[in-house]
Amino acid sequence: MSAVTTAGAIGSATPVQRGGAVQALRDSWVVAKRNLRRMTRIPEIVVFGMLQPVMFVLLFTYVMGGAIAIPGAPSNADTYKQYLMAGIFAQTVTFAVAGASAGIAEDMTKGLVDRFRSLPMARSAVLVGRTIADLVQSALTLVVLGLVAFIIGWRIHDGVLKALGGFALLLLLGYAFSWIGALIGLSVRSPEAATSAGLVWLFPLTFVSNAFVPVSSMPGWLQPVAYWNPFSASVQAARQLFGNLLPPPAPQATVWPMVHAVWVSVGWSLLITLLFSWLSVRKYRSAVG
Amino acid sequence: MAAAIEAEDLVKTFGEVHALDGVSLEVPEGTVLGLLGPNGAGKTTMVRVLTTLLRPDSGRAVVAGLDVLKQPNEVRGLIGLSGQYAAVDEYLTGRENLQMVGELYQMSPRDSRARALELLDWFNLSEAANRIAKTYSGGMRRRLDLAAALVVRPPVMFLDEPTTGLDPRNRMALWEVIERLVGEGTTLLLTTQYLEEADRLAHDIAVVDHGKVIARGTADELKAEIGGERIEIVVEDPAHLGQAVEALAPYAKGEPAVERHTRRITVPVSGGASVLADVIRELDARTIVIQDIGLRRPTLDDVFLSLTGHATFGDEDVEAADVEALEAAADAAGGTGDGDAARTVAAGSSSSEGKDS
Repeated sequence: MSAVTTAGAIGSATPVQRGGAVQALRDSWVVAKRNLRRMTRIPEIVVFGMLQPVMFVLLFTYVMGGAIAIPGAPSNADTYKQYLMAGIFAQTVTFAVAGASAGIAEDMTKGLVDRFRSLPMARSAVLVGRTIADLVQSALTLVVLGLVAFIIGWRIHDGVLKALGGFALLLLLGYAFSWIGALIGLSVRSPEAATSAGLVWLFPLTFVSNAFVPVSSMPGWLQPVAYWNPFSASVQAARQLFGNLLPPPAPQATVWPMVHAVWVSVGWSLLITLLFSWLSVRKYRSAVG
Repeated sequence: MAAAIEAEDLVKTFGEVHALDGVSLEVPEGTVLGLLGPNGAGKTTMVRVLTTLLRPDSGRAVVAGLDVLKQPNEVRGLIGLSGQYAAVDEYLTGRENLQMVGELYQMSPRDSRARALELLDWFNLSEAANRIAKTYSGGMRRRLDLAAALVVRPPVMFLDEPTTGLDPRNRMALWEVIERLVGEGTTLLLTTQYLEEADRLAHDIAVVDHGKVIARGTADELKAEIGGERIEIVVEDPAHLGQAVEALAPYAKGEPAVERHTRRITVPVSGGASVLADVIRELDARTIVIQDIGLRRPTLDDVFLSLTGHATFGDEDVEAADVEALEAAADAAGGTGDGDAARTVAAGSSSSEGKDS
């Protein structure tokens, strides 16, 4: 090994004390960069993460679409296609849960987390950095998915701005759910277990909703559950903003959370984000504050 | 000299296991303390407490003048930690790893980058700087990990078994780096299972076993504590054992120990090689045939054996099995929110089962 360089004052141990929030943001961005770099080094994860929802779009449209009749609406595959896309988009962003939980569980099993915990960085940064990276990945996936949907005939009917608003609401939902994933990842501690624990509850959640079939077609006792499902609010809000609501004479959902879907969706997402980020950061720092 | 690291009566219990059972120690500024002990002795738990990773059940610890429990974040800015498992991101390049650590130490991106390049050069990793760490050899990863601990030139460093699993060449290279660091005034707490390592690097050695410091001193002091040199003789004919003991009597500084089945006599002496020559002449005069004879000085191995009643380290296979057991236990402990606990417990239990045999 070459001679020790004693010259140079770079990196003297006088840590800069920054303001809490500024430092937390900066540290989170450093960790987010790390996670985004990892994605470029393991592109398989990103690519397969995109292929799965594309598969869903194609299968639902061409295999199930013809068979699913929406009460009151003209029964053809195109009606269902327009109706379906917001549901698939929403399902896709919530599947970021699996990525976040597996990624964090993996980090926790490696020695790297000890390094992070021994550094004078914001305690929240490892988790915030991860969820930001997942948000970026979700956004990329939505772009690809939107293009595929457009190619097979899905259209927005209410202007680009509103449509972007719809996508923003979906990403907000995905961001909220990635915090649920973070908590799962911190609790499970094996990446394999984290992947299945991250996914298992998503199926009932996304299917007992308005994502794939109108809630009015479900048994009466199940309908309130589906209407008040946070997932349904975001799907309904996105449909409104995309201009993809079922055309009359199809029955319109008149329950409160569906009528005020945009605000209900924002509310649910913020509530989930706050609750689960608080729980996750608390769990992460459980060793020493 | 002021103490750079000070621990007072630290206690940490994981279920039934007393990982730390009232440990106190002090490392004066600019010196190296070697924590020597078998797997599961509590060395890693000690390091985790002192580096703010683990909260002790009771006790007090001060590092670089700051209370570890009350000012953890300030402490973190003044310490460097390099652990047993190279804590680097294997999908980042060497440079990116060091730069990230620099930025998380709150250095500017530009300074982090400059420091990363400087360290890569120092650790002979410049050529691999832009390769992802996954492609590095074990020795290279360990060097990168140590480099990461040095990013801010911390005044206090913790190295947890820095050379475990390294080949002799890489171990020597790492020792040289560590010696230079200490030469520049860094205070170092080093844990090791290797007596040779403690002997070479540490000014002071604390022998730990079952969460307690059972001896403390310089390597020479510890060796002196269990006595000075001794002569070991193996005679060819067991019938000669009695005569041989007689012959040795004038030189003995204590009771000779006789092991009949190995035909071995061990007797404490003083006077070094000339005594050995006298003894050989004496035995020769009595026509006692000797198979082997030697003057032995105590090693830290002997120190350890005499202090704990068990040897320090097993072979690499045992170590590998330990790591597996400990990872399995960490998985099984899921949901407790403290895998660290599981890790140390596993190390503790597996060592008490396997190591002592």
